[in-house]
Amino acid sequence: MAILDAELMHLKELVLKMGAMVEGSIRDSVNALVERNDELANAVIEKDHQVNAFDVQIDEECIRLLALMQPMAGDLRFITTTMKITTDLERMGDQAVNIAERALELNKEPILKPYIDIPHMSRIAQGMTRDALDAFVRRDKKLATDVIMRDDEVDDLKFGIFEELISYMVKDPNTVSRAMRISFVAQYLERIADHATNIAEMVIYLVAGKIIRHMAPPMEQ
Amino acid sequence: MSINISENLKAEVKNLNFHYGDVHALKNINLPVSEKKITALIGPSGCGKTTLLRCFNRMHDLYPHNRYEGEIILHPENINITGEEIDPIEVRMRISMVFQKPNPFPKSIYENVAYGLRVRGVNKKSILDEKVETSLRRSALWEEAKDRLYESAFDMSGGQQQRLCIARALATDPEILLFDEPTSALDPISTAKIEELMLSLKKQITILIVTHNMQQAARISDYTGFMMLGELIEFDKTDKMFTSPSEKLTEDYITGRFG
Repeated sequence: MAILDAELMHLKELVLKMGAMVEGSIRDSVNALVERNDELANAVIEKDHQVNAFDVQIDEECIRLLALMQPMAGDLRFITTTMKITTDLERMGDQAVNIAERALELNKEPILKPYIDIPHMSRIAQGMTRDALDAFVRRDKKLATDVIMRDDEVDDLKFGIFEELISYMVKDPNTVSRAMRISFVAQYLERIADHATNIAEMVIYLVAGKIIRHMAPPMEQ
Repeated sequence: MSINISENLKAEVKNLNFHYGDVHALKNINLPVSEKKITALIGPSGCGKTTLLRCFNRMHDLYPHNRYEGEIILHPENINITGEEIDPIEVRMRISMVFQKPNPFPKSIYENVAYGLRVRGVNKKSILDEKVETSLRRSALWEEAKDRLYESAFDMSGGQQQRLCIARALATDPEILLFDEPTSALDPISTAKIEELMLSLKKQITILIVTHNMQQAARISDYTGFMMLGELIEFDKTDKMFTSPSEKLTEDYITGRFG
């Protein structure tokens, strides 16, 4: 159906634009923290309404296609998957805003310690996001499975960061407000990786017609 | 193509081949028909779905040179309804058909419904009255027809005529109802009424429907078979067929990317 193909192509482009914007926000929010750059943090917060606008626009497109085209099979899975993916992307954007807000607060205080694991977590989370979306576009089940497998690494990093920050807080109560905020950032990044995992799980549904959410661990078939 | 069917089967098509003279119209069809469920047959024009439907009540017997091979087993007796020893009239009493265009007889509403019983030799008025009313109620036509039972069936609307044909088919208490694109000549409201009717009828009757309207198959059927060029390409639960079919041909057909 040529008419629907053109519509689906357009939908795919919108998702990719939204994904690129969210990935940029994650990167910028962590850079704002590491580089102590308030301007960059404010830019991330400012840009969030554009991410929200994408979410609404893509939802409306999907609903319109469901109503007018009555898609079936692979087309139906593509559209319903898109609706779920944008919900995850929108929440990832919100997490980037949270990071930017914590960055603004942390930038007012002296640096607690050099940021090493946080940027590392951020890079993995960004890579997961990018690959989940690539897997979506290319209908690549293998890449999606790979994204799901990477989530554990992010979880481990988060717990490592928590342990380290707790030891700071125990030794010196003056570090509590900063250590707490950095812990939040680690938590936000971990949630971002979870959302990327959700997207990868949706890709597996898109390709294989099989829902693997809430089933552990991911299986290569 | 083997799926788990939990309910009893009312009929089973086994290695069925059908020939119109030299034309091999059905090729080795195997299809389970679940009892008190709706099974839909979809596929492009000329795929053989109507030919298959017509095998179920021996409609092909009306023409010479038509030939059945294989079996359609009717349960619970396990008789092969395509067998030469089986009387087609008897088959049609148990397996009724409703056609694409409403085709009432040029008689009153009452006589249309009573016709099958009269052919069977039932002439007692009290029995006929009761059967006519029950059948019209089952086909959701009673309220509209009860005050005009002796008017011509041709004075009814298209949708009413189609429900009358369903009442006529129900009067002989068939076990299977065959529908050949029953709503393609009807407006959306009449279509919705027929679809609702099919859903209520399946509590008592097994239904097999041929439809070009895939949304209709998706809405009302429990199982769907996709046919092409005389072959059954895929058969599965309807929700599976329309969300993630196994065969590429099925996917291409139901997403409109055929050929």
